[in-house]
Amino acid sequence: MRYIWLIPLLPGIGAAVNGLLGIRYFSKRTAGMVACAMMTAALGVSLFAFWQLLELPGDARAFDVTIAQWIPSIPLATNTGIGDFAVTWGFRIDPLSGMMILIITGIGTLIHVYSTSYMADEPRGGVARFFCYLNLFCFFMLMLVLGNNFLVMFVGWEGVGLCSYLLIGYWYEKKSAGDAGKKAFITNRVGDWAFVLGVFLIYYTFGTLDFRAVQNAASVMPIETAHFGVLSFICLFLFIGATGKSAQIPLYVWLPDAMEGPTPVSALIHAATMVTSGIYMIGRNAVLFTHAPQVMMIVAIVGVLTALMAASIGLVQYDIKKVLAYSTVSQLGYMFTAVGVGAFSAGAFHLMTHAFFKALLFLGSGSVIHAMAGEQDMRKMGGLKKYMPVTFVTMMIGTLAIAGIFPFAGFFSKDEILFRAFLFNKLIWVLAVAAALMTAFYMARLMFMTFYTSYRGPAWESGHGHGAAAPAIAPAEHARDTRLAAAHGAVHPADTLAHGHAAKHDHELSHGPAAQADDDHGGGHGHGPWHGPHESPTPMTFPLMALAVGAIVAGFVGIPGALGGSNEIERFLEPSFTPSHVERSAGELRPNDVVAGSDLEHGKPAAGEVKALEHEGGAVEESGEHVSRAEELGLMALSLFIAISGIMLARKFYVTSPEISTDLAERFAGAHTVLSNKYYVDELYDATVIAGTFAAGDGLWAVDRNVVDGAVNGSGWITVIAAWLSGLTDRAVVDGAVNLVARIVQESSLAWRRIQTGLVQNYALLMLFGIFAFVSVYLFVR
Amino acid sequence: MGQAIAFYVIAAVILGFAVLVVTTRDTVHSVLFLVLDFLGVAALYVLLHAPFLAAIQILVYAGGIVVLYLFVVMLVNLKRPPEAHSDPHRRGKLGFWLAGAVLAELAAITALSAKLPPTAPLPAAAMPVVGNTEQVGWLLYTSYLIPFEIASMLLLVAMIGAIVLAKREL
Amino acid sequence: MITTTHYQLLSAALFIIGVAGVMVRRNIIIIFMSIELILNAVNINLIAFSDSLQNEVGQVFAIFVIAVAAAEAAVGLGIILAFYRNKETINIDEMNLMKW
Repeated sequence: MRYIWLIPLLPGIGAAVNGLLGIRYFSKRTAGMVACAMMTAALGVSLFAFWQLLELPGDARAFDVTIAQWIPSIPLATNTGIGDFAVTWGFRIDPLSGMMILIITGIGTLIHVYSTSYMADEPRGGVARFFCYLNLFCFFMLMLVLGNNFLVMFVGWEGVGLCSYLLIGYWYEKKSAGDAGKKAFITNRVGDWAFVLGVFLIYYTFGTLDFRAVQNAASVMPIETAHFGVLSFICLFLFIGATGKSAQIPLYVWLPDAMEGPTPVSALIHAATMVTSGIYMIGRNAVLFTHAPQVMMIVAIVGVLTALMAASIGLVQYDIKKVLAYSTVSQLGYMFTAVGVGAFSAGAFHLMTHAFFKALLFLGSGSVIHAMAGEQDMRKMGGLKKYMPVTFVTMMIGTLAIAGIFPFAGFFSKDEILFRAFLFNKLIWVLAVAAALMTAFYMARLMFMTFYTSYRGPAWESGHGHGAAAPAIAPAEHARDTRLAAAHGAVHPADTLAHGHAAKHDHELSHGPAAQADDDHGGGHGHGPWHGPHESPTPMTFPLMALAVGAIVAGFVGIPGALGGSNEIERFLEPSFTPSHVERSAGELRPNDVVAGSDLEHGKPAAGEVKALEHEGGAVEESGEHVSRAEELGLMALSLFIAISGIMLARKFYVTSPEISTDLAERFAGAHTVLSNKYYVDELYDATVIAGTFAAGDGLWAVDRNVVDGAVNGSGWITVIAAWLSGLTDRAVVDGAVNLVARIVQESSLAWRRIQTGLVQNYALLMLFGIFAFVSVYLFVR
Repeated sequence: MGQAIAFYVIAAVILGFAVLVVTTRDTVHSVLFLVLDFLGVAALYVLLHAPFLAAIQILVYAGGIVVLYLFVVMLVNLKRPPEAHSDPHRRGKLGFWLAGAVLAELAAITALSAKLPPTAPLPAAAMPVVGNTEQVGWLLYTSYLIPFEIASMLLLVAMIGAIVLAKREL
Repeated sequence: MITTTHYQLLSAALFIIGVAGVMVRRNIIIIFMSIELILNAVNINLIAFSDSLQNEVGQVFAIFVIAVAAAEAAVGLGIILAFYRNKETINIDEMNLMKW
């Protein structure tokens, strides 16, 4: 655990190597290998650290490593006088961050492996660039979750935003991709602004940015039930920051657009990791949030509304990735609902299970898109079950998991959230259940439209004898052939042409007109002749299978008591959400005196207060115990019933009698249009925020031109006129006076200069005149 | 009576030679008349009971300064008459008549002063020496020591100045 | 009886002769000699009053006048020489550069 700083550093090294050397010199294979190796190494270190963490007693599972001083002590004002602002490069592993690093490195590694195949058709430098960004993302994400103070977290927070921007805009030749990247970046900026404000306020209030010190300090402050105090403001700002990063109302609009990025990016960043950093951050500051119940209420309401709204939009989308994107927004809404109702561990649990099945679904959809040569519209798919069985089976597992069917991961986490919401507030529970119904419906719809019914996609040309039989080939055989082709490089004629062709082309060709003509996302299959949907190669199917296993078993760590389990994940994570374990680990490696000092300062009172806080914070849990086991089981059965009914409904609409869906769409044309257009939120933002910004810009420009320029020009004119007058005065009065004096002197000098004859005797004569005058005076006046 | 005769004779010599000095065309002659004029003045000093001054007058003026004038006259080797050019603006005549007017006034003043009662003798503080030369020397080296020294500095400066001015090139 | 008045009149006459020489003559050497005459007139006055007042201070002043006259003659004649070297003249009417 002393070496946890290696975990972010390894991908960082990978990014540096790929970025500095790879783009120029590495082959595609080398670039992928470097990135995967670094991620695997990080996974290894993470596993080792996590294992060590488990070795510790349950209430002492926290470990801090400070590797360097970052910002040395600066005297900076706080509300209690001049504080000591000092920040270290400190990392911290505890149950929450331990779980996060496992998710990030684990799923990250799988996605890196997947990407080596998915991005195989990219040009050489592009692949290295892609892996550089991907590794850089992991670096920042790990720094985000491992940082032991707000500023290190903020570095990661901003870094993942940057990487998200870079990766969404990976195909920067396409305007929509560039725009989506900018949209994501700018929307995130709004949230980051609030996050920074929250951090400022935290420093101003507590005089430190260390998580532990802040928690200790906050735990002794009164819970702000009645008034909206400083803790509430801090939490509100932090939550606004989380809405930006985690795509909640009102800042969720960037996430669907972010699907412009390559699918592995969507899977890693926009499903499994980055978008959950908001949840992580709130969980990390659980102590603060429990002291601000009003903000908790806001969080819960925003979360459940987001869940409902995004799910309803997902009902009518046809783009396979858009459906998943709205699904992600919706599931994130669930997580916020969970933390909002005080079930931090349930939120984190859902975060974990969601990371598995949503990454699985995204990678599966990537596989489908890959197979369909970049086609993303589900109306042009259908019947793919027989062509790509591995993808189908794994995606089905993912779908069942997200819908919340019993033994799969999503069931446990979602049910936990619903249960806690039920205890917290019935209205929120109802809304959440409605969202669950929609979730099951749209996911089933996705599956039915893609894999069932008949094939609706474009016909593919039948080239060689082998390829002509492609539709007829049994799916298993086809899949095996494809794998062979991928393994040997040039066996399958279809794949030979498809992959080989693109590989030979340089950057321009593979991204040039061909890509645009096909509206291709660069899957690579659009460049050569396309030979029909087919199963993806092993590097893509392996992560699917691994994640499918995860989607099945991930939930077993959180089997609730009602089903005979012990909800281990909750017990495991609980210490991260309470301040109680804090002072116990105070004796550990703590080179930072400043933080240690503030710890000591708060340590004493904290010990007493912590119990009271636990009491209050755990109030919900205690009341939960009062609900009978039967009731809990009943709720589970209800949610299971809802999930199954959602799936059945989708089956009826899209498989058995597809006319119902069109019929419904026509009958509720208004609602359908609203949903299809995503509640016009983008348009609303266009009309208000963006148009407002433009209008403000125009207005300011007009003001600039008329008022400011006018003022400048006016003052210029005034100056000119004043200068003219001044010049006139100067010439007439000043010069006149000077010239007058000079004139007088000149004129008078004409007379007087005659005295200056230069003749000595004239001067002597004048002297004689003087003598004469004096003598005359003496003689006559006496 | 003898004193009166001596005075008038000497006065006639002085004035006569003075007129010659300023009127003679030839510069050398003018210098020589000047010598004679100085000698007359020296004689007047003897008449006024100032033999030391008379000696200095002869030594310094007639012996030193006039020789200086003679040297200059010889060094200035004139190729044309020194007073050939005359500036009309000089108004020499006006100067002459004005000088005459001043003389008249001075004479009037003197004549008027003569009617006043004669001033009582105003001897200097008692001196431990007797004799004209001793008394002048005493005064020079006691009360007037500083002016005396300053005069010596003046002469030194004048000497250096004269050398600097007269030297062909520095 | 020769009184101080006589000496004063003599002194005044000698003074005016010198002044007339300065005014009328154009030869600068003669002008200088006229100045010597003026100084001698002053000396005569000083000595005359010294005699009538029985006070030798007048003689001391006369000595200073003689010293000044010697210095004046030395410097003045040096100027004459330098001027003559440049302009080849000792005519004071040609020394008229000090004007506007």
